[in-house]
Amino acid sequence: MTGVHIKDDSIDTTHGCILYLEEVTVSFDGFKALNDLNLYIDDGELRCIIGPNGAGKTTMMDVITGKTRPDYGTVFFGQNHDLTKMTEYEISHAGIGRKFQKPTVFLNHTVFENLELALHTQKDVWQSLTQSLTGEQRDIIDEDMETIGLKEQKYLRAGLLSHGQKQWLEIGMLLVQDPRLLLIDEPVAGMTHQETEHTAELLKSLAGKHSIVVVEHEMDFIRSIANRVTVLHEGHVLADGKMEDVQNDPKVIEVYLGS
Amino acid sequence: MIRKFIHLHSLREWLFIFTILAIATVLLPLFNILVPEESVLHVPNYMFALMGKYLCYALVALAIDLIWGYTGILSLGHGVFFSAGGYAMGMYLMRSVGKEGVYKSDLPDFMVFLDWKELPWYWYGFDSFIFTLLVILILPALFAFTFGYFAFKSRIKGVYFAIITQAMTFALMLLFFRNETGFGGNNGLTDFKRILGYSLQEPSTKMSLYIITAIILFLSYILSRYVVQSKLGRVLTAIRDAESRVMFSGYNTVHYKLFIWTLSAFLCGIAGALYVPQVGIINPSEMQPSNSIEMAIWVAVGGRGTLSGALVGAGLVNGAKSWFTVAAPDYWLYFLGTLFIVVTLYFPKGFTGIFARFNSKEKSKEST
Repeated sequence: MTGVHIKDDSIDTTHGCILYLEEVTVSFDGFKALNDLNLYIDDGELRCIIGPNGAGKTTMMDVITGKTRPDYGTVFFGQNHDLTKMTEYEISHAGIGRKFQKPTVFLNHTVFENLELALHTQKDVWQSLTQSLTGEQRDIIDEDMETIGLKEQKYLRAGLLSHGQKQWLEIGMLLVQDPRLLLIDEPVAGMTHQETEHTAELLKSLAGKHSIVVVEHEMDFIRSIANRVTVLHEGHVLADGKMEDVQNDPKVIEVYLGS
Repeated sequence: MIRKFIHLHSLREWLFIFTILAIATVLLPLFNILVPEESVLHVPNYMFALMGKYLCYALVALAIDLIWGYTGILSLGHGVFFSAGGYAMGMYLMRSVGKEGVYKSDLPDFMVFLDWKELPWYWYGFDSFIFTLLVILILPALFAFTFGYFAFKSRIKGVYFAIITQAMTFALMLLFFRNETGFGGNNGLTDFKRILGYSLQEPSTKMSLYIITAIILFLSYILSRYVVQSKLGRVLTAIRDAESRVMFSGYNTVHYKLFIWTLSAFLCGIAGALYVPQVGIINPSEMQPSNSIEMAIWVAVGGRGTLSGALVGAGLVNGAKSWFTVAAPDYWLYFLGTLFIVVTLYFPKGFTGIFARFNSKEKSKEST
């Protein structure tokens, strides 16, 4: 039962890309949620993905994190990790963190315990049973609570946090996992204006150290953080480029405003 | 390591626990031995067999709390692990009867009755207590591990898992009911004479068994407490509350579920083995589906996810059962069913929850 062996911790990004999705197709009962999707994320990039409902954004996240297996196509993390052959926890260990659409934190645990569980460390049964946190690990968690602004709530049960605070806690949990790539699904849904601004700053400060993929609907928010935007429609990439260019693309306008 | 164990409870809680343990294992036996029988303070002999039985049930409740209360996996088949431990012990006790059975044969009575000439191969080894002990410690856990491996690997959860465990206990009950299976059919194993050479009729043997049960329950509680207080315990409750988040945080949840499931079955098997010499019989009715459901009710009544609640629940429900089966035997199942519904609807945290609510009300009264 001991020793979930992590084969190769290094991620080969010599070609500048951290995530490759090529010709990915996923169908549910004949409906193609993803249809020949090609997407490349550069190392250290902050990319926004937009698209109408049912465009396949969440399915794409599921494929990257191992929750859904593609029917066809390749998904690589760096050049050396074939994500279609790895389980959820192996993918997490390799360095991909995911934030869900609905904030998903452990409601019956304190903020500190939530971060303790997420912290990057050996995560097999025996280690969990016998080891306690080192001083160094406590420092990492304290630092993280500072970043997400939840230092005051250290011993508060996560169930008692506000909606926005839960979102930040979840982002904080991703950070202590020490991932190379962060997948963030609708981080500002249901947030107040102020909370949204705070989140935008948080994400901008993280880019560079991590590669970040954000799925979002909120256009003002995207404008405030993104350099590059990818538009998904019916399971494949419709347009890709700078925010201004994408917004003026007639195909995109048709999808969003037409029909 | 020792420091970790000391930190499991506050000083006050430790004092409370050790007081209870001392009363159970020292004071009550002394009141039996030293106080004359005419006195009101005398603890009668039959009390020890009864309390020993309750302590076995408490150990079962503790085991179920680990898997259900903390990890959120409802098992309605713990009767199987209980019976596995019980039958192993029963087989040893049958073999120690020797030639003193009704038929004066070396074989257990029911085999003579079935006209079997020799011992089936799976009864070999049960002449030895050490062998039996190993079977008790390994078999229920191994069975649970195998069952759990396939169930958890296939990501069977919630109601589906509960139903499968019910089916498992029902199927095994039917198997054990058959005479040809070789475990005494519907009569099971009974008419035991002695354990390790001590007569089971002797009050001193009964008292010793009771004291051993109390100590094992205490040790199991400490072990369980250690498990749930560790980071592993926090991972288990996290699995209960948001399993996908746990997986995406890099934990192989199958291993965690398998660990606690196996530990739970292990404790349950020990409870069964302690139960049989004190009650004097083991038969397939222990594997009735309703039996395993009743075990889950103990935990629900006491309060899930608290350990101490499970112990209290097992005591309360079985105390009520003992009273009912004397006073109004026909109404026991109605009462149990009503109790379960009322607890689920109005007291989801069980008895310990009511107690905690009462406590916090007192406190808020003080503060206003």
